[in-house]
Amino acid sequence: MTAYLLKRLAIAIATLVLASIVVFAVLEILPGDPARLMLGLNASADQVELLRNQMGLNAPLALRYLHWAGGLLSLDFGRSYTYSVPVIDLVRERLAVSLPLALIALALSTIIAIPVGLFSASRRGRAGDTVAMGAAQLGVAVPNFWFALMLIYVFAVWLRLVPAGGFPGWSAGVWPALKSLLLPAVALALPQAAILARVTRSALIEVLNEDYIRTARAKGLPHRAVLWRHALRNAMIPVLTILGLQFAFLLAGTIIIENVFYLPGLGRLVFQAITQRDLIVVESVVMLLVAAVIAVNLLVDLSYAVVDPRLRSRQ
Amino acid sequence: MTLHIDIPEETFGSILAKAFGNTAFVAGFVITLLILAMAAVSYAWTPYDVTKLVISDKTQAPSLAHWFGTDHFGRDILSMVMVGARNSIAVALVAVGIGMGVGVPLGAFAAARGGLVDEALMRLNDLVFAFPALLSAIMITAIFGPGAVNAIIAIGIFNIPVFARVARAGALAIWPREFILAARAAGKSSAQITIEHVLPNIATLLLVQGTIQFALGILAEAGLSYLGLGAQPPMPSWGRMLFDAQTRMVVAPWMAIFPGMAIVVAVLGLNLLGDGIADILDPKSRRQR
Repeated sequence: MTAYLLKRLAIAIATLVLASIVVFAVLEILPGDPARLMLGLNASADQVELLRNQMGLNAPLALRYLHWAGGLLSLDFGRSYTYSVPVIDLVRERLAVSLPLALIALALSTIIAIPVGLFSASRRGRAGDTVAMGAAQLGVAVPNFWFALMLIYVFAVWLRLVPAGGFPGWSAGVWPALKSLLLPAVALALPQAAILARVTRSALIEVLNEDYIRTARAKGLPHRAVLWRHALRNAMIPVLTILGLQFAFLLAGTIIIENVFYLPGLGRLVFQAITQRDLIVVESVVMLLVAAVIAVNLLVDLSYAVVDPRLRSRQ
Repeated sequence: MTLHIDIPEETFGSILAKAFGNTAFVAGFVITLLILAMAAVSYAWTPYDVTKLVISDKTQAPSLAHWFGTDHFGRDILSMVMVGARNSIAVALVAVGIGMGVGVPLGAFAAARGGLVDEALMRLNDLVFAFPALLSAIMITAIFGPGAVNAIIAIGIFNIPVFARVARAGALAIWPREFILAARAAGKSSAQITIEHVLPNIATLLLVQGTIQFALGILAEAGLSYLGLGAQPPMPSWGRMLFDAQTRMVVAPWMAIFPGMAIVVAVLGLNLLGDGIADILDPKSRRQR
């Protein structure tokens, strides 16, 4: 087990380093000179050259990469070209919106999907299962940003229960802030819940055919106990794997959803930074997201050992 | 996960009979055919000309003259949905082609060679998977400029590791089989065996994955064109129509409802079709996501 985890850790680190090289290289070939962009069209060539020197844009490629990668490690991401503030401050400010949003969505999706999956698996082939899986099939097909528009129409325009967009900031109080994250979270969560419910169901059905389930039933355990204590735990590995993948999906999904709801989050920041050629912000946020995805997948690998004690003793 | 592919002794007739008994397959097949037909018909005929702006007809609610209503330029939404289908289908289909064309040879090669080559290719796969696909697609379209062609490339690139993984897993299950051994004994090379024996046996897996990626491609294209990075106006696209609808939700909700429903129906149809094919040809295979 330790050897396995060490190997996973080594792969994760190698992936991260490779990813950073890819991100750096891709943004190198982006057209547009950030110095020229900052100074405007009327700046002279000398002025641009001076600023390029100041920004370190004229240093050799390898040196710039090392400087940038070293900065990432010490959380010094550099300064944004367009906002003229340290990138880390921007990221921190935006994470305060995006992270709660992604976590609420993940929680919502899990809370909906696991019971639905359990329900469907235990009534396999009956009417309840058919209805639930039909709904899941539909949920998978719904684009989250369209679903978001429909939610806005019903809950913000019609019923006026929640704001249609914008974010008052956490300083306005926890409830108003949470209220404006509610619709985006639901819009993100429902399509994900549909996928997760399907995975939970098929993992459970596989487990329910095992001998130990028959044994548990034979010794007279109630249906509910068999499902929750024996079946669900054994079905957790595929469910956890999908949950890990979904986290990456949710992080990327925030880009579109934050644009639908005008939320000042990380996704909107990176989208605007790309269109404004604010490379340093793009690099930092992309690397942050990639690191998050790799870390979550590593955590999922670790959690296998927690869920399945057999994996702990295995080498 | 073990992938088990048995091709039982079945005639074309018995497969056909099973297909017609499979609700998911029939529903998916009919829906997909309808969407394809809608796109095809739009080349010859649409209720209204989508390039003509009729300002006097702007933001009209659905009526007998305009079944899905009109947009802020007075264009007929039904006609735009029909023409938009072309764009969604073309982008998603070519993206699947790119994914299959590059990913399947890579995966089959990794399975045939094994060892270091396999390990290196799979780690490369991990690398691509570490990038949230949508984020990278946004970056790619932002670098090379928005447009349908760049959207295809952006979506296609992320189909490559998916097909590589499916092809590799499928091929690994085929390689230990007796008929491969027989082919080897007959003196065939790895490449010959892959083409003549492995690929035909993983074709159904690839077909199922193809329909799933087709559906995901339609969703991704809609997302990109919603952000203004896909097909550019005046070419109608479902995602772009939703973008235009967003600020007009209060006065013209139909501008958002119908293009969105078109996406849902198209994706639903393809997913049902994929489920159906998987069920019919191999009850044991499960969907890969």
